[in-house]
Amino acid sequence: MSTRPLDEVADLVRAKNAGPFWLTLDVFLPTDEAYERVCASGVVDPVVVGGLYRTPPEKVRIFRQPTLRVIKISFPRPAVQGTLADRDMHSGQQHVLLASVPVPDALPESVG
Amino acid sequence: MTAHNEVAPSPTGPAGSVRIVFPIGMLGGWFPEETLSRALELGADAIAVDGGSTDSGPHYLGASTPKSARGAVKRDLRVMLVAARGAGIPVVVTSCGTSGTDAGVDWVADIAREIAAEEGLSFRLARIYSELSRETVLEALAAGRIDPLEPADALTAEVVESCSRIVGLMGHEPITDALAAGADLVLTGRATDTSSVAAIALGRGIAAGPAWHAAKTVECGSQCTTEPLGGGVLVEVDDEGFTIHPLNDTAAATPMTVAAHMLYENADPFRMREPAGTLDTSAAVYTAVTDRVTRVVGSIFEEAAQATIKLEGAALRGYETISLVGIRDPHILAHMDEWLDRFVTLGLGPRVRSSLGLEPDAYEVELRAYGHNAVLGDLEPAHDATDIPREVGVLLRIRAADQATATAIAKVANPIMLHLPLEGMTHLPSYAFATSPAEIERGASYEFVLQHAIRVDDERDLFRTEFEEVAP
Repeated sequence: MSTRPLDEVADLVRAKNAGPFWLTLDVFLPTDEAYERVCASGVVDPVVVGGLYRTPPEKVRIFRQPTLRVIKISFPRPAVQGTLADRDMHSGQQHVLLASVPVPDALPESVG
Repeated sequence: MTAHNEVAPSPTGPAGSVRIVFPIGMLGGWFPEETLSRALELGADAIAVDGGSTDSGPHYLGASTPKSARGAVKRDLRVMLVAARGAGIPVVVTSCGTSGTDAGVDWVADIAREIAAEEGLSFRLARIYSELSRETVLEALAAGRIDPLEPADALTAEVVESCSRIVGLMGHEPITDALAAGADLVLTGRATDTSSVAAIALGRGIAAGPAWHAAKTVECGSQCTTEPLGGGVLVEVDDEGFTIHPLNDTAAATPMTVAAHMLYENADPFRMREPAGTLDTSAAVYTAVTDRVTRVVGSIFEEAAQATIKLEGAALRGYETISLVGIRDPHILAHMDEWLDRFVTLGLGPRVRSSLGLEPDAYEVELRAYGHNAVLGDLEPAHDATDIPREVGVLLRIRAADQATATAIAKVANPIMLHLPLEGMTHLPSYAFATSPAEIERGASYEFVLQHAIRVDDERDLFRTEFEEVAP
């Protein structure tokens, strides 16, 4: 099945601190159809997201808001904000990893 | 019909509503003066603004210094105070001085007194302090009243004792009390982002669901509109809901922009804990009143059986010295990972041991190759080996127990940063230092160490309020 990166499907993919101990990612989709395709992709899979950010999948919280066509993903920051190991004080550049996740160009055909 | 008339009076707000202007996401961030003149034309009942955040890191709490320039804070506060005294409405500034320490409240109070003298203003000032001593927190810990918040572990006395500064995040109660006692200007220590607007609305008897949801929506000013950098917002709150009016002719508050702000800097898009309970927006309905004004109803606030006060604490972790060198030679750039590995393993460790007598556990080293992988580090996806950056800036960060040691290690590193060759190179390359001296002393280095909350009988318990009559 052909795919393209989330970056090319979404209106906006953004990342930010949610306090010093959490990182949160927001995905804004332009249409219900795009939202459904993203919901059929690794973007909403805690294993895929956890792999990108080296975070245990059970720590990854994924929220779906179909009325807003938004997906929100939150997990504990891999490094606490402002520690010597932290590379991004506001977490503002951490969206690029999620933005590369492939999204199918078409919804899988329903069975039956 | 002009944009002004379009929003005044509100087409939706029932009697008994309160109108609050939130001009900017952070005091000192600058907003146009007409933001407030327009808000006053619309019948603003109060002005609220946030003066702080943890978002710029632990330094401001650890060192108890503000992030914003004094002149920028004074400029914004002057515009607000002159407008508010002219209209006879109160001003609330939360989280003064960025981190909300006692010194931060005093810093803004001093600026307010200066403005009063210069502008000939008189007003009743309430200062609400939220800094907590280590002893207070240790007592609460010993009494079993402190719980960890995810992802933290249970708190230990050792962690509390490591804190240079601790603040508690106040909710609405101390602010509502100060306003009820006639304060014209309320300056608070650390508070939740929402507490100012919620306190004003709850103090007028508005229902808690709309009050807290309105507060969350406007806590970054224009960010809930189509123009995040423009002109602030006025929120009209009543018992059924709230209505967002942008204060800039070209900005629009749409159901999408208003709803989206509930996502911002919030781990959970539907539920947000405050000292008094939890805001639940999962049943909220967002409706366009006009193409620029949005109305929200259906928000719920669940009162908690037990009030809790979230803590923030910053601990001193040593002292830091940095230096920055640029690499432009493509022969080096083609082997950046190898160069970075050689720097620490072959270069720095042995020299620091032999020159300074320090083992690797006595200091910390971070090398950040900007242009290569500084921002994502190990998370950086594999690159095409032929994809060589044009140039890379290598930032060396050294942290040690004292400043002199950190700088000494950075000085030992200096000739390595200047000349480190790749394996097999027969000449000594030289790289491009940014500054002389190369070493830049960054001072004390702090880290956030508290992600915990204290259970309290009354959410006022941990906070102290002082009143003062300010006159020119």
